[in-house]
Parts: sequence; C-alpha cells; structure tokens
Amino acid sequence: MQKILVSTTVNGETCEFACEPDTSLLDALRTELRLTGSKEGCGSGDCGACTISLDGEMVCSCLVLAAEAQGRTIGTVEGIAEGSALHPLQTRFLEHAALQCGFCTPGFLVAAKSLLEKNPDPTETEIRYWLAGNLCRCTGYDKIIRAVQHAAADLRQERTGA
Amino acid sequence: MTSATYHAPASIAEAVGLLSSDPAARIIAGGTDLIVQARAGRVKPGAYVDIKRISAAIGIRSFEGGFAIGAATPCTALLEHAALCAAWPGMVEAANLIGSVQVRNRATMGGNLCNASPAADSVPALIAAGATCLVAGPSGERVIPVTDIPSAPGRTSLAQGEFVVEIRLPAQPSGGSDAYLRAIPRTEMDIAVVGAGVSLVMDGGVCKSARVGLGAVAPTALLVEAAAAALIGTTLDDNALDAMGEAVSAACKPIDDKRGTASYRTHTAAVLARRAALIARDRAGAK
Repeated sequence: MQKILVSTTVNGETCEFACEPDTSLLDALRTELRLTGSKEGCGSGDCGACTISLDGEMVCSCLVLAAEAQGRTIGTVEGIAEGSALHPLQTRFLEHAALQCGFCTPGFLVAAKSLLEKNPDPTETEIRYWLAGNLCRCTGYDKIIRAVQHAAADLRQERTGA
Repeated sequence: MTSATYHAPASIAEAVGLLSSDPAARIIAGGTDLIVQARAGRVKPGAYVDIKRISAAIGIRSFEGGFAIGAATPCTALLEHAALCAAWPGMVEAANLIGSVQVRNRATMGGNLCNASPAADSVPALIAAGATCLVAGPSGERVIPVTDIPSAPGRTSLAQGEFVVEIRLPAQPSGGSDAYLRAIPRTEMDIAVVGAGVSLVMDGGVCKSARVGLGAVAPTALLVEAAAAALIGTTLDDNALDAMGEAVSAACKPIDDKRGTASYRTHTAAVLARRAALIARDRAGAK
C-alpha cells in the first residue's frame, strides 16, 4: 500500500508526514509527529480527549482521517503555551486542581481555548454545554468549570490592560 | 490495516466516477459516523471519497428564494448564517442538537441524512421544512424529496455511484416558521428517543399550511400528513392540537429498545409535536 504524503501546519509550523489512507489524524499526530498530548480515550467521538483545532474549529482527531489534513491548519495542546509561559487556562487548571489523572486535560484545554476565542465571557451554563463532549471521570467537572471561568476573567483583563 | 484508498475529488463528475467504479467506495464528509463504523468493522470502505473539496458540496447559498446547503457543510456552519436561522430556526436547532460541538463541527447535513439513522435529528426537521436534495450520479442529476433518501435503518435509496450534493430548503413564506424538539434522558450528547419537527404558516391567526416530521418512531423518519391536516384551517386550539397528537401517535411504529419503550415513544411523539407546533406558531407570529 502506497502511503499518502500530507503537508499541513501544526501549531504554526509547516510539517509533512506519511500515512495510510485510513490512519486517523490522532494516530498520525501521536506516532508520526510525536505529539502525544492528544489522547485516545474512546476512539468514537464520545470522550473528547483527542480534541484538536482544525482550521480554527475544534474536532475529535480520532474522527478525522490524517489524509484529510492536507493543506489544513491544526492546533494541539502542545501549541497552547508560549514557550515556557503557560496559557492562563493551564495556570488556572493547576491552581484549581482541575485535573487528577490528567488524561482528559489536553482535550479540555483545547476545547476551553476554542470557547474563549468565540465567547470571552461565557456563563456557567454555556461552559457546561460547550464542554459536554469532553468527559472527565475524576474531577466531577466543577473544578474544571471554575478554572475556565477564572481563565476567562484573566484573558478579559489581559485584553483590556493591553 | 485495510486496502482502502483515499480520494479528494474537486468535481462532482470525478466523485461520481470514483463511486461508480468501486461498489465498496464510501463518501466521507464529516466522518463522524463512517469512521466509527469502519473502526468497528461494520463497514469496510474500499475507498474513501472525500467530498469536502467539491465547492458545490460546501457552504450555504440563497437558492430560489430559499437556501441550498452543501451536503458536506458542518452543522455548526448553519448557526453562522443569519438568514437561514431566521427562516428555518427549527431546522438549524435540530442540526445543532447532534453530538457535541466537536462532532457538530464535522458532522454534516448530507451525512446525517445518508447515514439513515431513524433517530437522526436533522431529518424530521428537514422533512417538516419540505426539503429536497440534489442527487448526482452516473446518469446525471435529479432532485428528490428528503423523505425519499432513507429506505430502512442504515440504508438509502441511492443507487451505486450516486451521492447527495446539496440539500435545498424552500423559501419561507411570510407568517411561516418551524420548530424541532427531541426527547433524550440527559441534556446533551445522546441519541433521540423521539424527535418531532413542525413547520407551519399562519395568516391572521389561522394555520394556512403545515408539515409534521417524526424521528425515532419508525424505521425511517416520517412525514405525517394526517397530523398536518389536523392543524390546517384551525387557530391551533386545543381540539386541533389533540387531533394532531392522535394522528401523530397513530403514525408511530416504534421499537422497544434500551432508549425507550414503544408506548413511551408513541405517547411522547404526540407531546413533542404539540409543543413544537406551538413554538413554530409563536415564531411565525413574532415575524
């Protein structure tokens, strides 16, 4: 089977990888590009642990064929921090203990970042609905919701302060 | 893993050629059903034909006073089209009850229709709206009602080589609107136990025309003409709504399964259709 060569932009950098026609984008990210932040929880689009952004919209990378990524722009959890400076979402997740085992965290961070880009001041209900596709079996969600609310406030302040 | 191939044709003709030459070729648009089914071994695509690079299959445009929605347009894209949301709010809501935001950013209108799940949320709303679809195939293009696409759970009436290019919504007449409601045991991320879509046109407080679509109560989504007939010519008073509910329940042929019993589904379909009719009426009156 001839492999497909895919050119794409991941976290701002152009990169190329080879994949089988039915390789998932999640598998290509993890095995070809060694970006292991995105996790496979269910492999069926239910848990959100593999959430990435694809051309600016969050999707489950387990439900994208790697070949579909040709010419697209991808953002993963590895691209959220700027160098060693954590994103306010990451800082607040740590402060509020919004993770225990951490397996779901990359997906929550990417999904929450996508929410705050579209809606800088979401209500608790809006946050809960937006994150309904991300499952966490440890925290009971309340800590995650609080971390997102605080990060949203941080980002609003950054924006007005700038 | 398999010997599947992947193709991203740029034209309808190229896609038809690929689909015609391989009986195991499958359209991939959002992939939220197909990839899950392939991974579980329920389908074995010989070729993935990605239609997202075909311009006619992507995006929403004005068409004959209504709208043409490319079959590969994701559900969330509908929310960003103000004129579509104003004309067919129930249809847009139905498409945006499916799965999570992640799923709706990929899941498409054409895929929800052609996956042919009896519980597909957008399909009863499309039926209520009187939607049609443009089908392309080896013998050219044809336009058929949305109701003609699903033929049984997981099966469509499409011939080999055919695919749905776009879904067309008619012009919304003055005084017209729609609504869709579904029952699930939780608030998000579940599959409809019952779905009911109603579109109607009100004139001076009287219902001039109506269409009622039901999901998850039969092997395919249903158009219930007797339910619509019970509304037409009335002010949607209790007698008319009762009669509509009876017609809805009479049309239900549901199964018992882990999501709900047949009797629950039959009862709830009437309740949801009644509520959807009142929402559609209020929306129509607010215009």
